[in-house]
Amino acid sequence: MSDTKNKDKTTRRDFITTVTATVGAVGVGAAVMPIVSQMNPDSSVKALASIEVDISKVKEGQEITVLWRGKPVFIKRRSKEEIEKAQKVNLKDLKDPEEDKARVKNPEWLVVLGVCTHLGCVPIGGKGDYDGWFCPCHGSHYDTSGRIRLGPAPTNLEIPKYEFVGTDKIKIG
Amino acid sequence: MSEYTSKSEEKFQPVQTNKVGGSPYTGVLGWIDNRLPIIRMFRHEYLDFQVPKSLSYFWSFGGILTICLLLLILTGISLGMHYKPDAKYAFESVEKIMRDVNFGWLIRYAHMNLASFFFIAVYLHIFRGLYYGSYKEPRQLMWIIGIVIFFLMMATAFLGYTLPWGQMSYWGATVITNLFSAIPLFGESIVTWLWGDYSVGDAALNRFYVLHWLIAFLIVGVVVFHVIALHIVGSNNPSGIEPKDTRDTVTFAPYTTSKDLVGMLVFLLIFVAVMMYAPNYLGHPDNYIPANPMVTPAHIVPEWYFLPFYAILRSIPDKLMGVVAMVSSIAVLGLLPWLDFSKVRSSVFRPIWKQCVFLFVLNFFVLMYIGGAPAEGIYLLIGRIATAFWFAFFFILAPLVSLVEKPLPMPQSIHEFEDWKKQGKIKVFQFFGK
Repeated sequence: MSDTKNKDKTTRRDFITTVTATVGAVGVGAAVMPIVSQMNPDSSVKALASIEVDISKVKEGQEITVLWRGKPVFIKRRSKEEIEKAQKVNLKDLKDPEEDKARVKNPEWLVVLGVCTHLGCVPIGGKGDYDGWFCPCHGSHYDTSGRIRLGPAPTNLEIPKYEFVGTDKIKIG
Repeated sequence: MSEYTSKSEEKFQPVQTNKVGGSPYTGVLGWIDNRLPIIRMFRHEYLDFQVPKSLSYFWSFGGILTICLLLLILTGISLGMHYKPDAKYAFESVEKIMRDVNFGWLIRYAHMNLASFFFIAVYLHIFRGLYYGSYKEPRQLMWIIGIVIFFLMMATAFLGYTLPWGQMSYWGATVITNLFSAIPLFGESIVTWLWGDYSVGDAALNRFYVLHWLIAFLIVGVVVFHVIALHIVGSNNPSGIEPKDTRDTVTFAPYTTSKDLVGMLVFLLIFVAVMMYAPNYLGHPDNYIPANPMVTPAHIVPEWYFLPFYAILRSIPDKLMGVVAMVSSIAVLGLLPWLDFSKVRSSVFRPIWKQCVFLFVLNFFVLMYIGGAPAEGIYLLIGRIATAFWFAFFFILAPLVSLVEKPLPMPQSIHEFEDWKKQGKIKVFQFFGK
């Protein structure tokens, strides 16, 4: 009844509508948050953070693959030529410029995630035009420092967090 | 209250919230139909519905696709009763379905091959639309709804392919989910969110199983929209001319229903032959190797029906742009009603456009071949040319042909079109038109 008379004034209905909409928006937000969040990795998944790998039996030029967080990690003991080759590269020739020095803690050991930065396949060692890795899925070539040289991948092979434990062990994660 | 009673009764509109009645049926049917008008709706939309009388077998694919969808749901529910969405047991449970479950081999092979045949039918259905201009006014929205269905089909087909948890399942899932990592800034977090882990694993498999179901039923819902739109705009036909009187039309039942039944039967016979004699022909043998996160198969390929789009993805040497090109190669179909602005619908009367459509189909098969070939050398070059042609077809050929093409003389009506056909004046399906 009062509608027609008080068109310009704030009515009880306006007040109720605003309050309901506000509370409703908060409620929707509160309901959506857990539904979205449940899809993210939980604490038990995050807890599987680090592994230790024995590298004493890896010979020069050899490469081993270990599984870390469901992903392969390449640990490669590089030969002198491979190190030299990786260090000599002109940074201007690189798609994702990075010094070889910045990618290793000890030039003899290269530790990279074995996951192509294009769409996540596992590159094959010792193949490709740059003697590092070649991804069979979409043809990305990596060099002996795991840097992207040719193909669709946008960045170099990722370096996981790792450290040397004593002389013959590496802790990844 | 005094305010209302004091005014005259005239300012009030009558209201009828109770709409019971109006059914053409009597008895029990009438009683139900008066309260839930689905029976008269069915009669109106499926028995008395008028369709152009010139419809060819190309118009059977809507019905064929409906049957495929229903059979996929039926076999899918059956498989769901035995399958275990757990990274430890998924592969084994599929093998158990194949070896132990009563008729499990049949149900799984049916589900697998129906997915392929669903795509065969949908590609023919889309080709029909392209060739006869079914996307043009007033059917644009129906066409766009169809593209939405196609995207959903691709999603659910991909999710379904991951479930057996073989090598192709695993690496297909890895590659496709990584497409989202191309999104700037949020890419990596989105992929981790999708996986529920730092790689494709148990968490991903479980949700893929749920989403495979969900999207299957979403498709049913969007198909209902597609059909509602169809029943408003009416069927296009080989002449591309709208029906004008009863000389141009037939009723849906029994004419179209019987024709569609023949089409369905022939299609299902071919399907059964493939399912029984070459059930794995359209699949990939690597998927019978259990998933191994340490080794990517030397030559990883998606299912055959994704190959053309996979070829487009690979032909672009940039990650983000490759993904953008792949998605837009399908989305661009939605712009076709506006990029092709020729007033004539049917390719029967469009000598130049007809050849463009055939070239487009040829190019589709070239891309399909390239998608299955290794990503190097000559294949990469051909893939790039074919990708360029794909987009040129929409953005250059469609508007250009609309401008320069002179359509052939057209009949005035569908019944005249039928007469011309009988007199041999026009050939409905011919590569090089006169």
